[in-house]
Formats: sequence, C-alpha cells, structure tokens
Amino acid sequence: MKNYPYVILGGSIAAVAAIEGIRSEDRKGGILVVSEEPCKAYGRPLISYYLLGETDLPRMDYRPEAFYEENHVMLRLGVRAESIDPEEKTVTLSDGEKLGYEKLLVATGSRPFDPPMEGIEHVEERFHFMTKADALALDKALSPEKKVLIVGAGLIGLKCFEGIAARVKSARIVDMADRILPAILDETGAKMVQSALEARGAEFFLSDSVLRFEGNTAHLKSGKTVEFDLLVIAVGVRPNTELIKEAGGTVRRGIAVDECGKTSLPDIFAAGDCAESFDIASGTSKVLALLPNAAFQGRAAGGNMAGGKANLDNAVTFNSIGFFGTHVMTAGVYEGELYCERTERTYKALFTKDGLLKGFILINLPERAGIYLKLLKERIPLSAVDFEALKTSPAWSAFSPEARADNFAREV
Amino acid sequence: MKRIYVKEQWCLGCHLCEYECAYANSGIADMARALKGKAIYPRVRVEDAGEVHFAVNCRHCTDPVCVQSCISGALTKGEDGIVRIVKQKCVGCLTCVLVCPYGAVLPSPEGHAAMKCQLCTDNRMGEPNCVKHCPNGAIVYEEREAMQ
Repeated sequence: MKNYPYVILGGSIAAVAAIEGIRSEDRKGGILVVSEEPCKAYGRPLISYYLLGETDLPRMDYRPEAFYEENHVMLRLGVRAESIDPEEKTVTLSDGEKLGYEKLLVATGSRPFDPPMEGIEHVEERFHFMTKADALALDKALSPEKKVLIVGAGLIGLKCFEGIAARVKSARIVDMADRILPAILDETGAKMVQSALEARGAEFFLSDSVLRFEGNTAHLKSGKTVEFDLLVIAVGVRPNTELIKEAGGTVRRGIAVDECGKTSLPDIFAAGDCAESFDIASGTSKVLALLPNAAFQGRAAGGNMAGGKANLDNAVTFNSIGFFGTHVMTAGVYEGELYCERTERTYKALFTKDGLLKGFILINLPERAGIYLKLLKERIPLSAVDFEALKTSPAWSAFSPEARADNFAREV
Repeated sequence: MKRIYVKEQWCLGCHLCEYECAYANSGIADMARALKGKAIYPRVRVEDAGEVHFAVNCRHCTDPVCVQSCISGALTKGEDGIVRIVKQKCVGCLTCVLVCPYGAVLPSPEGHAAMKCQLCTDNRMGEPNCVKHCPNGAIVYEEREAMQ
C-alpha cells in the first residue's frame, strides 16, 4: 500500500487552494489528488460563459498547465473515493486501490438535487448545470428550434438561461419562490433582474412547480402546462458528505469543521461545498456554496494540514454576478434597518443592525463595492466611520486617518 | 517588494496621477491624442473629501483576496509580488471588485473584464507613471515594512 503525506479527495477549487496552502508551509511532502471528474480544475462558474462563447476550454483551466507538476502533485482522475478508515488512516478507491494518508482533505463538493417530480425518468433530454461535462452535453443538444424548460430560478438556473438564451427557440423558467434569485435578492432587486432576463426572452412561472411530466409536457401546480424539448434541473445542490458520515465524523447539513478546517475525525480536514462555514452575518454554521469561500477554506485547511496556523473566522455569503450586462452584487443577510437608493438602472440596499453593516444589494453599482464588504466582513462599528458619507459612496475618506495610514502607508 | 504608497498630507487633489495613469495605459505615445476630449478610466483614483485628498490604487497585497476569489484563475500574484490580471481569461464577473477592501480593482469600461494597477509593468512606462509625475511627491514607490 502506498502512503502519502497529503491526500485530497476532490479536484476542484478547494483542492487547488489546499495545494497552494500546503505548499506555503511544506515545499516537499507528496500530494495526491483523487478526483472523480476526469479533468484538471477549471473555473466551474465559467460553464455558462462557455455556452455563450465568451470563453473556451483552455481558458477555463483554473491554473496554468505546469501547476500540478511544479507543486509535485500526483493526480488520480476519474477515480472516486469509496470509503475512509480513520483508524488505520486509509482511503479505498473505486478501482479497488487502498492508500494511506498522513493528512486527508475531503473536498468532494456537492451534487445537484432533484426534487420528486413524477415521470421525470422518462424525460429523455434532461440536464444538470454544474460541471464542464454538463455544459458540453447541453452544448451538443442546443439548437434554434428547441424549447427549453429550466426548473429553478436561482444562480445556476439563470446563468444557464443566459448561456443558452440566444441559441434556442424559447426558454421557460419555473420556481417555487415568488421571485427570482430568492436566496440573494429582495423583491425590488429581483424585479429589476427579472425584467432584464425577460427582455432576452425568459418566461417565468413563479410561485409554481412541476408536479409531473407526461412525455415532454410539464404539468405545473398552477394547472398550467409547458411543452419543452430540453429540461434543465437547477433546483439546488446537496453537499457530498457521505465519506465523513460513514467514517463516523460529525455531519450536519454539511461536514462540520472548526475554524482551522478540521473535521471531528483526527487528521481529516474538509473544505469547499461539502463543508460548513461559520457565517458571521447570520451567526450560524452553514454551507456557503460559493467559489471564493471554497478557495478560502481550501487555502486555510491546506496550510493547517502542513503545520500552519490559519484561522477562518470571517466567512460571509457574497455574490457578484451579471446577466446580460445587469450586474448584481450581494452580501450578508437582509435584516435590520434599510437604506435604499433607486434609479431606473441601479439599486442600492444597505442593511444595518446593532451598529454594523449586515448585508447589501448593489445592482449596476459595482465601483468600490469591496469597501462595503470590508465593513461587513470585519464587523467594523459604523460609529468608527462616516457612515452617512459611505451610504452614498463607498470611499476610504470615510475612514479615520489612522485606518488610512494602516492601509495605505505600509505593506498589507 | 517595492510598492506604491501615498502621503495624504502632501496630496493636493490635482488628479494629475489619474491622467498620467490613463495616458500610460492608453498605448498612445502622444499625450494630447491619448486624453484630449476622451473619458478616462485610470486605475489610480483620487479621493477628495473637503481638505483631505489621497490617491488609491492596488496595494499588491501579500495575500491578495482578489486572487483567491477569482472564479477563472485570471488573477495571479507573480514571483515579483505584482498582482496581475490575465484579460483573456477574465469573464467580467467582478468578484474581484466586490472583494477588494481598497476599492482598487475596477470594472473595465468595455465590460467583460476588470482592470487594475500593474505598476506600469504592462505598458511601455516600465515604472509607475503616477509616481513619476506627481508634482508634490505625494505618491512614492518604495520598500516598506508591514506593521507588526
């Protein structure tokens, strides 16, 4: 049996960040990456840009060609980890091989969740929209005479719509919620983005859901029917937590980890969409299935696996995403007092509570938005800044001269 | 590494650095032709608040959150410490704009990409043009220590 100082299960963003984290502490120790996906890491959210023709497969690579070799990483692609034995510190793979680890990272991500819908198994052209393979399959199936039904008006479903809108006859989108992007937008913001999508041909069925499929007809709860050729299911994702659960580790919604990225099992870490984070805006542990969060977690866990001391105690939900030029940035939770600015094209909502910025929505107002995220993430008391000035315009002039000196007069 | 630092007490708020930045990155040799009558999109921005003026551009952070957050791997921190953006890989999601605590990564005017200061290593100036032309020495390019 082969033994490795570091074994990483999963090969996407958290895994790459973990490799970088490990190498920041340990230049030599061998790293083995086991990934079910048969390719090197790519920018997963780029799959919609691929369908749009705004990127291509080589440019989607998350790291340069030489990355794995330069970092002395061995890759086992297209292979799945079947089980972990935390006592003997081994992993058994789908090809039967058993290997030993000193430190293990579970970065197995998430998988699409299919809600119960009668007759779905008989829908022939049925897709998810999570992976490069999903995008390539959809790419092949698209054609100008086809009608598409997307179930789910969240980030995945709507980015899918953006990717395919110009390449199909029609696209209809069903969601149980009463508005689009219900996880990240309020009613006002959702209406603005909905109009932008409708201008590109999206037809929405909100507060509605598919009860059953009869061939290529979807029967909705409202009694309406939708004919389609292609079906995309984008309802949500479930974290891949089974390996840890079956090995006896603590799993809630996602794999429970401490602020170092450690699971409840010795020498086993977890990061990315399979793991929970402590979300400072809501004050709860939850899965923050966001690419940057996977990178932050992977980086911290990797460093700690190699003896570093990285603490990840300021996780927060944030999104930056565009639809046909309408740009949306959101962060945190929408609780407390609301400050709001609205024009025909733009929308700003800032939520404050207990003297802190708790959340925000910015539509078509990207400039210097990071200053708002800093306030939120670092829980900077609004009494320490000129928040009246910051409301209208994010700027460093609203911070104290000392804060400016700390940030602009020294290395950061 | 050498980085750009601002001396707030010396900044007059003349915004010349913004023009010099836009000129340096225009790729046009004649300054008047590069800037006259055009909207400029500099990567250094001067903040003015009453008597307080100072220029802000990329801090080239030791552990840059923009690089970690980039969804396409378009942002990198080189061996030389410079944080760069590979425009061909950028899809313009602006996650970097959202995470930069300095407000120093900017949406590019043509859309579909972000832009940032690369210390004039990506144009023919070779060294920061804003520093070179600041009339009051309010922007400097030098080595400094991190605060302990």
